Amino acid sequence: MSHFRAEIRQRAEELVALYPRKRSAMLPLLHLAQENDGYLSDEGIAEVAALTDTTPADVRGTASFYDMFHLEPVGTYVVGVCTNIACLLAGGEELLEHAAATLGCAPGATSSDGLFTLEETECLADCNLAPCVQVNHRYVRTTTPEAFDAMVQDLREGRLEHDVPPHGTLIRVKRQGGLRAAKEDVAAERATALAARTARADAAAQEAK
Amino acid sequence: MATLDAPRIVSSRRDFADSFTLTRYLETGGYIALRKALTMFPEDVAAQVDQASLLGRGGAGFPAGRKWSMLRRSPISYLVVNGDESEPATFKDHYLVERDPHQLVEGVIIAAYALQVSQAFIFLRGEFALGLERVQQALNDAYAHGALGNKIFGSDFSLDIVVHPGAGAYICGEETSLIEALEGKRGFPRIKPPFFPAVTGLYGEPTVVNNVETMSNLPWIITHGGAAFAALGAGRSTGTRLFALAGKVNNPGVFELEMVKNTFRDLIFDSALGGGLAPGRTLKAFIPGGVSAPWFGPEHLDTPLGQDEVGALGSMLGSGSVVVLDDATCVVRATWRITKFFSRESCGQCTPCREGSGWIERVMYRLEHGGGRLEDLDLLLDLCDNIAPGLGWPPQQTTICVLGPSIPSSVHSALSMFRDDFVAHVTHGGCPHD
Repeated sequence: MSHFRAEIRQRAEELVALYPRKRSAMLPLLHLAQENDGYLSDEGIAEVAALTDTTPADVRGTASFYDMFHLEPVGTYVVGVCTNIACLLAGGEELLEHAAATLGCAPGATSSDGLFTLEETECLADCNLAPCVQVNHRYVRTTTPEAFDAMVQDLREGRLEHDVPPHGTLIRVKRQGGLRAAKEDVAAERATALAARTARADAAAQEAK
Repeated sequence: MATLDAPRIVSSRRDFADSFTLTRYLETGGYIALRKALTMFPEDVAAQVDQASLLGRGGAGFPAGRKWSMLRRSPISYLVVNGDESEPATFKDHYLVERDPHQLVEGVIIAAYALQVSQAFIFLRGEFALGLERVQQALNDAYAHGALGNKIFGSDFSLDIVVHPGAGAYICGEETSLIEALEGKRGFPRIKPPFFPAVTGLYGEPTVVNNVETMSNLPWIITHGGAAFAALGAGRSTGTRLFALAGKVNNPGVFELEMVKNTFRDLIFDSALGGGLAPGRTLKAFIPGGVSAPWFGPEHLDTPLGQDEVGALGSMLGSGSVVVLDDATCVVRATWRITKFFSRESCGQCTPCREGSGWIERVMYRLEHGGGRLEDLDLLLDLCDNIAPGLGWPPQQTTICVLGPSIPSSVHSALSMFRDDFVAHVTHGGCPHD
């Protein structure tokens, strides 16, 4: 019995099949597990372990390395404010302070209504529009306190559902198409081409002599 | 005056709102280079890239052609594209994956053909949610168009490309760490030697890792020839490059410039580029190639934007990011924030980096926020010297990867250039700017 919703379980199985080794699907599967539960629950971790032929300890050990994976529940909206160098120069620290006051939670904490988790992030690579803010890893481009507050109001009233989907950076990443050929056929095709390349190189070397 | 007459190689579609769609890509010459490449021998495609002397655009600047030819005799198993752009204030690959994903995909297919691999991965940082969607859509379109998948455009070449999301770790931009992440593990850089994934890469097999911008140059190089690319720029720095300008300038952004033909002054002050500083402000310093690079002062403004030109002055062009600090900037605060970044992102494997980054960050914190001591200035240099002995450039290596030796750059630069500012923080008992 899968813990994941049927649609997510199907995407998870498709993902595993894309890689030469199952464990390579670990990071994308953990993103899917967060999409399923909002964070990495014990059940989600167990399912990722089963899908990748690893143990829950392996999965937890890997997940804890990465900033985007949450081992404890977080708010519906994870708000990241960057304070790295370009954003620092543009008032990122002040915006983070303002965000904490507006949301009612310090960086690293979740608001009492469970709606928002605030994070101080490292550079988000959008430095020409500093200070940079992401909500659930979508750039919202609110560089002033006023714009930030308006954005929060929009989130509360459900006006940003299109721009800011729920958890899961892969939620709208849907793969269509693929190689769709037998592995042996592709391997044979490569072997033929490589043999021809070697023959050309040998012939050229012979001529050079 | 800036020299702006060079062709746009990787940002030619920047004025189109729909630059990321297959329709626009095909209307603007898309996938013609791939069709041409498929009529050539794979080694001749590689030779064009060699002739272009395309330097890798990720930060280290290693010639892409050499990265490929080192393995010409032993077949390569995998091609991996590094799109884990996380060097602070670097945002050029962000632009490329969101605005021109087909150009990237076409470049990857061309590279895969030249290397004769049938499996490629595009590793994008997980925070690029829209970038992941755009690149996957481009791949979907390319499969449907016949440019990707089984028997590409009717040739005897088949290829699969998988887009792989990271999950928030600066260190995964280091290629062996990226490979670990792609194997589903913690992103710990691998012990060297072997120095190159070309020897031992993904699953222990020969692997080529190239940056997003490097790949994005390939369609143009194949269409126009390696010689045309090499004719741009000067010396070892050929072609054009994307520069990400940020900080205290009027018009921050990503600009494609011919290598060497422009200077930092052009980039920062030209009205078509950075547009100068705010009225009344003057330039105090700038960081020429990402926060791992030693800083430059106003006296270096006329340095050409070229790899060797910047290298000769003891810094690096690195990731193509330029950060401007004006006279109102507190350099102690800026330095503290940079050290905090390294402290957070150190993977923890090596003692000099793990312990050194946190120690330096705590000393910088007390200088900025009160409690700093005059002897802290020497302590900082001593700590830096323990991470990268001699404090030279390029730095001495005491750790598995280059993250550790990158930590001293900003501290050493700021202390050498603005020692008085540090002393003022001590005598004031905190930041005089607050």
